[in-house]
Amino acid sequence: MRTGEIVTAGVLALLSIYLMWKATELPVGYISREGPGGGAWPFWLSAIMLICCAMIGLNWWRGTSPPSRSEEPVLDSYGWRMLLFVGGAIIVFVGLVNVISMYGAVAVFLLYYTRFLGRHGWPLSLTLTIVTPIAFFFFFEGAMQITMPKGLPFTDPIFNVLYEIIY
Amino acid sequence: MTIERRVFLGLAAAAMLSVAPLQAVAQEWQPRKPIDFVIMAGPGGGADQIARFIQSVAEQNDMTSRPLVPNNKGGGSGAEALIALANTNDPDHTLLVTLNSFFTTPLRQENLGIDITSFTPIAMMGVDPFVLWVHKDQGISTVEEFVEAAKAADGEWVMGGTGKGQEDSIVIAFLAGAYDLRIKYIPYDGGGAVAKDLAGQQVMATVNNPAEAKGFYDSGDFVPLLAFSDERLPAYPDVPTAKEKGQDFSYYNQRAVVGPPGMSEEAAAYYRDLFTRIYETDAWQGYLQSESLSPLWMNAEEQRAYWDTQITRHRELLAAMGE
Amino acid sequence: MEILSLLGQGVLLSLQPLNLLLILIGVTLGLFIGAMPGLGSVNGVAILLPITFLVPPGSAIIFLAAIYYGAMYGGAISSITLGIPGASTAVATTFDGRPLALQGKASLALVTAALASFVGGTVANVLFTLFAPVLAAVALSFGPPEIFALMLLAFATFVGLGGDDIPKTILSICLGLVLGSVGFDQISGAPRLVLFDISGFLHGINFLVLAIGVYGIGEMLWTIEQTRGEVTTTTARISVRGMLSDTRESVKRGWKGTAIGSFLGFFVGVLPAAGATPGSLMSYGVAKMVARRPEEFGKGHPGGVAAPEAANNSASTGAMLPMLTLGIPGSPTTAILLGGMVIWGLVPGPRLFVDESEFVWGLIGSFYVSNVVAVAVNLAFIPLFIWMLRMPFTILAPMIFVLSIVGGYAATRDMHDMWLIVIFGFAAFFLRKFDYPLAPAVLAIVLGPIAEPTLRQSLLLSSGDPSIFFTRPIAGPITIAALVLIFLPAIKLLRRGRGKTMADEG
Repeated sequence: MRTGEIVTAGVLALLSIYLMWKATELPVGYISREGPGGGAWPFWLSAIMLICCAMIGLNWWRGTSPPSRSEEPVLDSYGWRMLLFVGGAIIVFVGLVNVISMYGAVAVFLLYYTRFLGRHGWPLSLTLTIVTPIAFFFFFEGAMQITMPKGLPFTDPIFNVLYEIIY
Repeated sequence: MTIERRVFLGLAAAAMLSVAPLQAVAQEWQPRKPIDFVIMAGPGGGADQIARFIQSVAEQNDMTSRPLVPNNKGGGSGAEALIALANTNDPDHTLLVTLNSFFTTPLRQENLGIDITSFTPIAMMGVDPFVLWVHKDQGISTVEEFVEAAKAADGEWVMGGTGKGQEDSIVIAFLAGAYDLRIKYIPYDGGGAVAKDLAGQQVMATVNNPAEAKGFYDSGDFVPLLAFSDERLPAYPDVPTAKEKGQDFSYYNQRAVVGPPGMSEEAAAYYRDLFTRIYETDAWQGYLQSESLSPLWMNAEEQRAYWDTQITRHRELLAAMGE
Repeated sequence: MEILSLLGQGVLLSLQPLNLLLILIGVTLGLFIGAMPGLGSVNGVAILLPITFLVPPGSAIIFLAAIYYGAMYGGAISSITLGIPGASTAVATTFDGRPLALQGKASLALVTAALASFVGGTVANVLFTLFAPVLAAVALSFGPPEIFALMLLAFATFVGLGGDDIPKTILSICLGLVLGSVGFDQISGAPRLVLFDISGFLHGINFLVLAIGVYGIGEMLWTIEQTRGEVTTTTARISVRGMLSDTRESVKRGWKGTAIGSFLGFFVGVLPAAGATPGSLMSYGVAKMVARRPEEFGKGHPGGVAAPEAANNSASTGAMLPMLTLGIPGSPTTAILLGGMVIWGLVPGPRLFVDESEFVWGLIGSFYVSNVVAVAVNLAFIPLFIWMLRMPFTILAPMIFVLSIVGGYAATRDMHDMWLIVIFGFAAFFLRKFDYPLAPAVLAIVLGPIAEPTLRQSLLLSSGDPSIFFTRPIAGPITIAALVLIFLPAIKLLRRGRGKTMADEG
């Protein structure tokens, strides 16, 4: 935890510096008779963030904040596995949206989670996997008129049939 | 108009709809997916209102086999919408409702790499004129009095608008140049907010489309002074035009529908036919009249030529503003 | 008296069988749309607009009001059951609603939210009916300096929200404010902070993207990690008697918050540009301030659910006021409604109240009826939402992830934002581990984009002279009150902090 605390503060400090640098694309000073320039708001707030990072660093050095006194690891082996299996699955899920469409990605993610992480039986997993995307399709495309990504063109025939049904 | 009468009209319209032939002419190309109807502005502005009106006309008359789905992409003065159109992976099911930021945004943000001449012209639904408004409590009723008051304020004359480089700021920049005024310009995030702060007299004058100021005009709160149109506006016959005042200047906001680059000819033909029919409906013609839009119907070739002249003109106008 | 008879006609119109049926359908539909993270009344109203051509306008308006009310009630449901605020107005509801749900008292939280919403909506309707023209004038007198002063007041309530670590709290606030300024500078009309020159940042960072990332992904990952994946939500039992005792408890402990939220929310909601989010936040802050034991807030106090819920319903009704009396939209939903009025052939503006009084009072009348139906429907569905919570966590968790991504996409329709949700989710997970409070960031991203432009508009008005915030008759007192509230606790904290270190050293 102790190392993690200072690394996090360091990353946030770098982010603040980047934001400050990016904000200088617009004037950050006080323009006479007009008030602050377009970059002033993000620039000075990022500067405060940087100061906060320094104070967090100071607290770390003095050991006054709880995480900076804790010697336990940020994530134990369970934590890392969880992050890999659950967090990784979310990344794959979003990555799949542009390939096999939003609905396809939902189905794959649900099947993986319920069957392989949740250890539910096939009947329940498959029911959820099939019913949820179809329910979503009719809710979003039919009732709400919100179109979701369709993925690569090879999904077209399926969606053309589905659209034939709802319109 | 009473509720009963409107109920009756609604029912009558519904009855007529049910017997009208759904699709008079069989089209070769038909949309197979919902049509992404991108709007170059956030919800609630003039462009959004028009897009939703067009959508409702199409829906009401059952003109399309797949719905037009409004999609607001107003970010970066419409830059977001232009990028979305230029990069769409389905050009046959994407349309854009534009305003003049269609011309100004690519000029002001050249690093976007958007070339609007590569877009596909579909339909010019009308052009929206601009009018100079003041609050009635200012006691101003002519342009001359306006100029006098603005000069007397000596740099403290406050006008509200929708942002630097936006349509109204171009008109205000022209006013300032033509009459040698020093104007303090306050940007707001939409025409509605501008009208509200004129009504509350937070600002002294605005340049708004008639549609945005009409409610306050009807109640007598706003006084129109000058129209930036070629002819006097039918709804405001007593308001002189800038041309009558010896200024060779008119400025309109385009309300056009365009397709993305790479739209197929068949799809473009389908949409042109669709919007021609929408344009000819009584509903749209009534809208043009009630909201003081001027008709400016053009075919595809004329639209391309119009784009070219508008790009040149906006380059000059923006350069004159120091943008 | 004339008002009352017009209102009576409006109410009677809503009570006709067909219209009552439409209200029932609309409220139920709205409830589920609102309960969906990412969707809110704006979606409900937007899809309804084209349909309004097909039914008589009178019924269309009623249907519309019903959806609007249903969605307002629904916002609390995802805040309480899933822990994801479905709209910025419901962020404050999570502060106490989520802890209650985790203690197995979800039904208490949901009952409180429903009752508070009902009272808030009713108070707003009555105030609306009695004072509409006066309040319209008040709304107009709020220019940029007044709105900024009000935002400052909303920020003052932040002071009590953070954790014990002051630098981390301030960092969180600033991060939210900076993220809120991404995309576009309204005043100079130039693109700003287009991070890494990715064009997806041009439209800025939507509040929902951050909220769904933090609560839908980050908080969920954290919960799974903390509990080793074995979340045991105390099985909440549902029974008529249980709900009755919940009702008693929520009235007993939530009435004060409800009263504060109803009035404060309405007055803030009436101001265009301010909206329901500052209203609900300020109500939470005030309710906590006047509570006998403020330390119970944030740990599952029904008052902490009642205040923001009463306020956001009240404010959403209040937001209708500038739209109907002045033709000025105070929120995206009212903006789309305004477009609808044009489609129906009405002219929005100050004359609407006079020229189309039947329309206006018909709409207000349907608010009263919708509000009653909404509270009944909401209470009837509470067992269903509780039942959802009793699903095994290995089914609930993936469903929440899926709802987060799908709902997030529905809100912004941009794949770029999906990746942002994932990034914010992972970042929130780690920041949470190191005790960074994230609620301030989520609220700051809503308030920042209101505060910054009004600050700069005011300074443009005054030629760069900041005394404008103190010399204007309305802005002055609000600014001073805000500054006092901000600095009083800060000074107290500093003194306490110094006292503590001295004690440590001593």
